[in-house]
Amino acid sequence: MRYMLLIHHDDEALAKAPPSLWGEYAAFREALLKAGAGTPGERLGSSKDGKSVTRRSGTPEILDGPYADTKEQFAGYVMLDVPDLDAAIAWAARCPSAQYGTVEVRPIWPTREP
Amino acid sequence: MSEIGNEARRAAERVARDSYGRLVAFLAARTRDVAGAEDALAEAFASALKSWPDDGVPDNPDAWLLTVARRRQTDAARRRYTRTAGEVHIQLMAEELEDAAAHPDAIPDRRLALMFACAHPAIERGMRAPMILQTILGLTAIDIAAAFLIPPATMGQRLVRAKTRIKDAGIPFSIPEREDLPDRLDAVLEAIYAAYAKGWTEIGDAAADRLADEAIWLGRLVVSLLPDEPEAKGMLALMLYAEARRPARRDADGLYVPLEQQDIALWDEPQVMAAEALLRAANRAGPTGRYQIEAAIQSAHIARRVTGQANWPTIVTLYDVLLQLTNSPVVILNRAAALGERDGPEAALTSLDTIADDKRMADYQPYWAARGHFAARAGRKDEAHEAFTLAIGLSSDEAVRQYLSGQRTALNDG
Repeated sequence: MRYMLLIHHDDEALAKAPPSLWGEYAAFREALLKAGAGTPGERLGSSKDGKSVTRRSGTPEILDGPYADTKEQFAGYVMLDVPDLDAAIAWAARCPSAQYGTVEVRPIWPTREP
Repeated sequence: MSEIGNEARRAAERVARDSYGRLVAFLAARTRDVAGAEDALAEAFASALKSWPDDGVPDNPDAWLLTVARRRQTDAARRRYTRTAGEVHIQLMAEELEDAAAHPDAIPDRRLALMFACAHPAIERGMRAPMILQTILGLTAIDIAAAFLIPPATMGQRLVRAKTRIKDAGIPFSIPEREDLPDRLDAVLEAIYAAYAKGWTEIGDAAADRLADEAIWLGRLVVSLLPDEPEAKGMLALMLYAEARRPARRDADGLYVPLEQQDIALWDEPQVMAAEALLRAANRAGPTGRYQIEAAIQSAHIARRVTGQANWPTIVTLYDVLLQLTNSPVVILNRAAALGERDGPEAALTSLDTIADDKRMADYQPYWAARGHFAARAGRKDEAHEAFTLAIGLSSDEAVRQYLSGQRTALNDG
């Protein structure tokens, strides 16, 4: 089963996290690869630097800044390929961001039968 | 709430729980309708937990709960069962309640039969412990889910499914015949121990701490209901050894302390003594099973209390016996660690190599922590660094993670 871990961070809380967080992330990525449980994704830049695009009436409309006005912003992701949801949740619990933000576990929509 | 208030609450909870499990088992035994029995008692249990801490525990808790349940159960059951088949059920339940309330002293204890039903081979293995926790102790799906790292709604659905299965598949409420008993008892013990293990690994988490207490309570219950089964005693001893060391697992700063470095003064002496007595009783009684051996291993570990050192040669020998019984890579891992203490780090690493290709070890944090530990002691710094890194990445416990990071940093100083 394929899952995506969606990492949501509160920018302020993240700024207060100790620098060891990034070492823990490196370890987490290495463990993930070694266990063959998925592929580390990417960390995203600040939501303040993001743009939101819509095209409701034919012409694209572009807005600055975060898409949603919430404290926790989408900050990165990890792709998992594991036997079941329980295994996916175990990896989410290991994700260093679980301590500072929220790690959402979502199944990947099956686009075609294997 | 004051400390005394808390104590009264806990005492009331214990008694209520004892009655609750007994009454659920009693009511469900004939109908095999666990959910129906739980419904009948839910409100009575809730009002007991509300009033007993203040008013005191009644002389006959079973009778008290039955009286309250009886007043409310028929309506609840009617809402639940609308068809004719339901009427029969309500009738049966009402008669049983009537009868039991009249003679509460004679309510037979069928909790053991209920545990065997919950740990029946037809029930999914992973759901056996949650089922026992819910039906015998009355734990909510939310509490159980928290300890098992499963979303509460999912846990709730799985519990409902397992109960339906007991009813629909005709899983018997009985204590198995002599020849089937060891196997079936093993499933019950495994479920209880699984609950304990969940409560042991998650540190500083109230739900998990409580789960460990509940598992020990269940272990005592099984020992009291099956006093002649050595494995039940072995398992209870195993849990008590581990529990005795609970206060020593963290230092003053909350950092993880491995077993060999724990302060012996922090081990809980009464629990150690209780475990030793149980283990002796188990060994006297009969054949040696998995839990007795594991308890004996714990006993050899805590020999440090007396001799200043764990009895590593005995531990290795006991793991050899355990390995013949289980052939599990986790046993090989633990044996390798003991071997490392007896014969040095290279012996441990050679032994660990034999399970290096086992897929189950790839994401098993203790395996990588052990590799790191012995590679460091063997002076293989790069290998130790890599193993510690993987162990850190696989930890979901902050204290363990910090401990491992410290070990990894120490590689550069050594």
